[in-house]
Amino acid sequence: MRRRTRPLAVLLAIGVAAPLAACATGESGPPVLTWYINPDNGGQAEIAASCTEEADGEYRIETSLLPRDAAAQREQLVRRLAANDGSIDLMSLDPPFIPEFSGAGFLADVPDDVADETTQDVVQGAIDASTWKDELVAIPFWANTQVLWYRESVAEAAGLDMSEPVTWDEIIEASDDQDTVLAVQGARAESLTVWINALVASAGGEIITDPEAPADELELGLATDAGREAARIVGEIGGSGVGGPGLPNADESASLTVFQGDRGGFMVNWPFVWSSTVGAVDAGSLDEELLDDIGWAPYPQVVEGEDARPPYGGISIGVGAFSAHTDLAYEAVRCIVSPENQAEYFVTNGNPAASTEAYEDPDVQEAYPMYELIRDSLEQAAPRPQTLYYNEVSTGLQQTWHPPAQVDPDSTPETSTDFIVAVLRGERLL
Amino acid sequence: MSTTIPGAARDAETGDEPTARAARSDRTRSEARLGWYLAGPAFVVMLAVTLYPILQAFYDSLFNYKLTAPDDRAFVGLGNYAVILTDPVWWRDFGVTFFIMVVSVLVELVLGFALALVMHRAIKRLRGLLRTAILVPYGIITVVSAFAWFYAFDITSGFVNHWFDWVPGISPDLNWFASQGTSLFVIIASEVWKTTPFISLLLLAGLAQVPGELEEAAKVDGATAWQRFTRVIVPNMKAAIMVAVLFRALDAFRIFDNVFIMTNGANNTEVLSLLAYRTSIGQLQIGMGSAISVLLFLCVIALCFVAIKLFKVDLAGARGEK
Repeated sequence: MRRRTRPLAVLLAIGVAAPLAACATGESGPPVLTWYINPDNGGQAEIAASCTEEADGEYRIETSLLPRDAAAQREQLVRRLAANDGSIDLMSLDPPFIPEFSGAGFLADVPDDVADETTQDVVQGAIDASTWKDELVAIPFWANTQVLWYRESVAEAAGLDMSEPVTWDEIIEASDDQDTVLAVQGARAESLTVWINALVASAGGEIITDPEAPADELELGLATDAGREAARIVGEIGGSGVGGPGLPNADESASLTVFQGDRGGFMVNWPFVWSSTVGAVDAGSLDEELLDDIGWAPYPQVVEGEDARPPYGGISIGVGAFSAHTDLAYEAVRCIVSPENQAEYFVTNGNPAASTEAYEDPDVQEAYPMYELIRDSLEQAAPRPQTLYYNEVSTGLQQTWHPPAQVDPDSTPETSTDFIVAVLRGERLL
Repeated sequence: MSTTIPGAARDAETGDEPTARAARSDRTRSEARLGWYLAGPAFVVMLAVTLYPILQAFYDSLFNYKLTAPDDRAFVGLGNYAVILTDPVWWRDFGVTFFIMVVSVLVELVLGFALALVMHRAIKRLRGLLRTAILVPYGIITVVSAFAWFYAFDITSGFVNHWFDWVPGISPDLNWFASQGTSLFVIIASEVWKTTPFISLLLLAGLAQVPGELEEAAKVDGATAWQRFTRVIVPNMKAAIMVAVLFRALDAFRIFDNVFIMTNGANNTEVLSLLAYRTSIGQLQIGMGSAISVLLFLCVIALCFVAIKLFKVDLAGARGEK
């Protein structure tokens, strides 16, 4: 027996001692700022490295990867911040969660000079999305928006004039005629809220009419003509089958796969689809012909003749309230969001810049021939509701507007309003 | 998942037949004391890691408490429980969970029995290899197997629709994860594939306990194979079967990974564990989430109680301690 326990005890001792030893080392050198980043193609890690170099020993930025989907990113950050985690210096935040983070006191105050400097020549949508109760609480880094992507051959065969903005009804009809798929994001996920919000806003409505109200007084604007119009479009795409059989679980990548396939016709999606397709063509997994066939146009209109309000997304950088180095962290943010870095990030990672200056960069213009469309779309984009209770509102929408085929303009807006209001009052489970 | 294979624990027994109610000698008393000394620390640790969180969860469940608004925390008594138990979402999820549990345990029991018989009757030389091969799915991490099944059935990247398009009802356009029935089919199939080996091992241990003489005697008396199976083998391993069913039922009732990965609760496929997770972790409603967890815990206790009292599952009997 003794012969057996000896190695076991040694192993145990090593197991206990090794992690402790690891804790004891590594505290020398400049302060380390930990930047919690959302997964990308390595662009944020590169920016962290170049800013570390630029800081010249003042600080060092290390990146730490968050989960892939936005909701899981929020979960991880909130759990840590609720426990006053001081190791979160910088974080890449999805805009709809900014009010919640700010309201809970998780974000360090933005110094005035930093706020002034980092909002120069930045698209308005990005500033709005980083603002809560009239104060800038996070720094815009990159700004995202969706446009309409189409196959020129399909649009031509359907007789659509794509030089003018088209409506949802027109592309639904064209897809139906040409037996192609209209690729939208119908999965029960954040992307569904993005779509619903864009439809409601394009129809002239808003999901929440008084975003700053407390939970039990929040009023929704879904049971209106705008909400019903949005429901009609979702229901028609789901019910008529033009959304394709994969619609109920299509996220952004699934939409792209369908669009690149034989039945691809029209798609609303973020600009990453362009760099992704170019990359696939370069790698030889897709034909050059496909790339030549892809066209782009403004986000489809809900009401003919009225400009659409495309989705707004992107990332803002927040500084953790419990960080020991908030001053240095804001120094680092200044470096991270510089227009040069934004332009570089746009070109290499496919995520559009929040700074209008970055669009003047020749590399951006070469990599994204549709750069003007993206910039204009960002100016018109409608952010998702900015409220402390965004998670409840968004999840409530996803529960009641899914699957798309069962969305009914006569009942869905009312049902979802009643449901979300009851959830906010604590009377229903979500 | 704390499960032991019945029979494996038998080596640990001393072999002393405890004589009924004899006056306890010094030796037995000191052995009992030693037993406490040895098991005591583990017992304390168990209490610390299970009892404490359970009590904490119960305490939290009495409050309206959101993690991002800690200052608004308010005592609501059993209010959270009232909301949950009157909410259709809870009962829908309860129904789905119960359905998954019943169907997967039934299918696993039949398949597991077949596998156990194969292993039991296999030639000695093949037995080790066979057992290892059958255990492979059980060794795979549930999340990994869930992803594997998800991608196999996925409409854009899956191969199932193409391989099986000759089956009526399956076509390249069939979206398995778009309706409740087909989603539950994939979820249950994946669950069955993964845990049948576990149930078959439990049953194999039971089979090994059936005395060979009984079977031989039945054979000599002219009983058919089916009669030997239903009249001799099954009654003699009833305890092992009930333990296998109980363990698996408790396990299946807490299903999470497959649903989380494949549908995340869409199309009415949400189960209770997922509801508890979404409420506590997703919405940070610590109070409401704790209440759901406590109710889930009570459901599991009730299942145990029903199995042990009504079906008279004898855990000790299964271990051959009688």
